Amino acid sequence: MILAVVYKWDFGLVLSYTHLWAKGLGVTLAYSVGTIAGGMIIGVICGLLLLVRSRWVTLPVHYYVEIFRCTPLLVQIVWFYYALPIVLQVELPDWFAAGLGLTLYMGAFATEIFRGGIISIDKGQWQASRALGMTGGELMRHIILPQATKRMIPPFVNQSIIQLKNTSLLYVVAIPDLMYTGSIIVSDTFRPLEVYTSVAIAYFIILYPLTLWAARLEARVDQ
Amino acid sequence: MTSSSEVMVKVEGLRKSYGNVEAVRGVSLEVDRGQVVVVIGPSGCGKSTFLRCINLLEKPSAGTLQVGDRLVDFGATHSMPRGRDLARFRARIGMVFQQFDLFPHMTALQNVMSGPVIVKKMPKPEAETVARDLLAKVGLAAFTERFPRNLSGGQQQRVAIARAMAMAPEIMLFDEVTSALDPELVGEVLDVMKQLATDGTTMIVVTHEMAFARDVADQVLVMDAGQVVEQGRAEEVLLRPQNPRTASFLSRFHSTIGERKA
Ligand SMILES: Nc1ncnc2c1ncn2[C@@H]1O[C@H](COP(=O)(O)OP(=O)(O)O)[C@@H](O)[C@H]1O
Ligand SMILES: [Mg+2]
Repeated sequence: MILAVVYKWDFGLVLSYTHLWAKGLGVTLAYSVGTIAGGMIIGVICGLLLLVRSRWVTLPVHYYVEIFRCTPLLVQIVWFYYALPIVLQVELPDWFAAGLGLTLYMGAFATEIFRGGIISIDKGQWQASRALGMTGGELMRHIILPQATKRMIPPFVNQSIIQLKNTSLLYVVAIPDLMYTGSIIVSDTFRPLEVYTSVAIAYFIILYPLTLWAARLEARVDQ
Repeated sequence: MTSSSEVMVKVEGLRKSYGNVEAVRGVSLEVDRGQVVVVIGPSGCGKSTFLRCINLLEKPSAGTLQVGDRLVDFGATHSMPRGRDLARFRARIGMVFQQFDLFPHMTALQNVMSGPVIVKKMPKPEAETVARDLLAKVGLAAFTERFPRNLSGGQQQRVAIARAMAMAPEIMLFDEVTSALDPELVGEVLDVMKQLATDGTTMIVVTHEMAFARDVADQVLVMDAGQVVEQGRAEEVLLRPQNPRTASFLSRFHSTIGERKA
């Protein structure tokens, strides 16, 4: 209680590390965009594989998705950073190994989103397309995907928002993102209150507009 | 039916099982060019399955199927077409469903153009001419730019008929296409179908509209439990059924069959 009374806030000192903050923000955004894009590509490929009528194809994809959905992301990041290079007996660049877990995690959820979008399309659409004489590729491209992508966008934006927050877990493998940069500035200034408040505010400023946008998208798809 | 008439569809001993359930148990049918065949029978007797086998939306378990000059034998040889071959087989057969199944992201015009453009790779201006003509024919010239959600059920079903006709199919299949409609909208769809029949379209129609069957059908097929229990000229089957099961099924509709045209 005494601390609260005598504590003198000083954001000036903390914010004077402009250069570090900017770099941290850049790293956070780069890992967000990179792992989301990578996850999206994995999601489309695995989502399409799930439509193949062979258990030899779908079963491995199912296991991939379940493994990443049912283990903590923090464990995945650490495992891919420290354990995978041992398994593969190769040196992976740190930045790459650090992003692997995040990318595959996003990929697992993107796969589910993609599959969910496809199977949400009424089976009448498939049979009407087939009855017209469309091949599988034609009906996917012209009939199913145009409708399904519209439904995939809101859950995908939501997952991307979560993903951006999750990049803060890169802290544990010393990737200088916003969170890790914060810890460095703390050790320099001994101002954890101002620093971590600033970190939280930064995430909020990026994500709040995105959530508003996601809500609007959702409303538009629903109509 | 003269012996010189051209056979468009010939089905022999067609069977279809789903696991232990045999939905179609040996159905044979011959349809000549320009003929209208009406298929009737109680719910669950296999009418839809039979129709869906004809354009291979379902893979028959046994029998032979000939559409135009293309023969498919489901015996030991299993010559079920696949991939592009299967798509081409279906492209020559039009089908209209109970739930319309229009493409919701396309206007009425785009729906009708979809087959020619996507399947036949017809140039868009040409496909548009075909589509506009067909929409005019089904009485929807003023609705070409509407999306399906802004059309009534009857209008949607007429677009669906135009969409199937746009492929210039050799035969049209109709599966209870008025069953999902409000009663006051049934007439407009049946009128379009009557017009197609008058124009010489070869059609197989599954329906519970007995007045339509009486007025339009050349041949009536009565199914029960996956089998044909009676088959013949419309007047004979509808007014003088020989099979007791046909008689009992038809008794439910007697007022409609007997009714005179106004
Ligand atoms: N996809 C399917 N899987 C399993 N059984 C089916 C399937 N489709 C139809 N059936 C069964 O086949 C029989 C005939 O169905 P259907 O052809 O739809 O009859 P109808 O159109 O005359 O009402 C019914 O017993 C139905 O339950
Ligand atoms: Mg049916």
